[in-house]
Amino acid sequence: MGDDEEVKVFGMWASPYSRRVELALKLKGIPYEYIEEDLSNKSALLIKHNPVHQKIPVLVHNGKSIPESLVILEYIDETWRNNPILLSQDPYDRAMARFWAKFIDEKILSTTRKVSFTTGKEQEHAIEEVTEQLKLLENEVKGKAYFGGEGIGYVDIVANFLVFWFGNLQEALGINIFSQHKFPFIFEWIQKQLKIDMVDESRIPKDKHLTYIRTRLAAFKSASK
Amino acid sequence: MGDEDVVLLDFWPSPFGMRVRIALAEKEIKYEYKEEDLRNKSDLLLKMNPVHKKIPVLIYNGKPVCESLIQVQYIDEILPHKSPLLPTDPYQRAIARFWGDFVDNKIYDLGRKLWTTKGEEQEAAKKEFIECLKLLEGELGNKAYFGGENLGYVDVVLVPFYSWFYAYEKCGNFSIETECPKLIAWAKRCMEKDTVSKSLPDQDKIYDFVLHLKKVFGIE
Repeated sequence: MGDDEEVKVFGMWASPYSRRVELALKLKGIPYEYIEEDLSNKSALLIKHNPVHQKIPVLVHNGKSIPESLVILEYIDETWRNNPILLSQDPYDRAMARFWAKFIDEKILSTTRKVSFTTGKEQEHAIEEVTEQLKLLENEVKGKAYFGGEGIGYVDIVANFLVFWFGNLQEALGINIFSQHKFPFIFEWIQKQLKIDMVDESRIPKDKHLTYIRTRLAAFKSASK
Repeated sequence: MGDEDVVLLDFWPSPFGMRVRIALAEKEIKYEYKEEDLRNKSDLLLKMNPVHKKIPVLIYNGKPVCESLIQVQYIDEILPHKSPLLPTDPYQRAIARFWGDFVDNKIYDLGRKLWTTKGEEQEAAKKEFIECLKLLEGELGNKAYFGGENLGYVDVVLVPFYSWFYAYEKCGNFSIETECPKLIAWAKRCMEKDTVSKSLPDQDKIYDFVLHLKKVFGIE
């Protein structure tokens, strides 16, 4: 990569969507400038680079803005063709990878939000739902070292939230959905992920994360009273 | 391409199914169309899409591909040189995927609110629906199609909703053409192509279907 390549990431340290983009860049060895966004006071630059959704993460490569984490991951893989290659060249394998990434985002992470922000029966139902969804993911990684092929790939990066983020969230919520006993294959996959330097290095500072989640939940509860 | 066995499990009014029909037609892929009764899903559907149990399901030589955006990309990738739907440049591809996701996340749900709700909720949906269409008009710009001079990924993802526009207009009591003339001009341009017009049902049929659903669900 030349010296004239300029890569910026507008992100938020506690967002799994933001962290997955950073992980992909780190795995590929692509230097980038990280800009932390205060989501309660979004910068003019973020709004300029993502006028439609005004959300993080946004990747800006030589002035070109790419929002939406899954779109960004494919862009990274297609632009920087060094290892690790994140998506297979085979159309069917690519379709399967995209399917599971979409499942993670539209089902697991979406239901996880419900688990965080509801109480009582509604929360119980959301917990049941996300447990079923995690079981489907467990089945998908059963007997495999990685979700994709021979090494860390697209789905592993999208599923990275399970390595640190999800465990922190359930500790802050005081619930126990996700354990080695219930999900032995995902836990085995997590152990393998932790052996990858860049994954281990992208660990979220736990205490800071727990405090952040607890503060957010408290703010949400008092706002909904 | 040899004798491939291609089956599409679909439901005639589904805009998601229509996307796949258009993509298959653009690539001239022969396939068997199987109509599903969504109140009585076939064993084949449940076996091929156990996670979501939804149509459309594309079964290619016995292997299922689910989710319409994924199916359209798959079809594009198995025959990349024939009527390419996604561009080759990574940034152009990212833009196309972004707008494909935008359509998926916004248009169906807002459209649904147009015929299932009334009063303030419907007005709010109408407003947001038009705003989204205007954003899409902005993305289209002066191009003939979102894909440029030819039909592309975003065209395939969006145009099926055109078959639902008459139903949205009647239920929502507004004219989409008045608000978004460029988009309607684009849709009509797409409909001039057989691959699109033969993949979409008549707007009247969709409207009758919506009226039928309103009765079944007890929506006024």
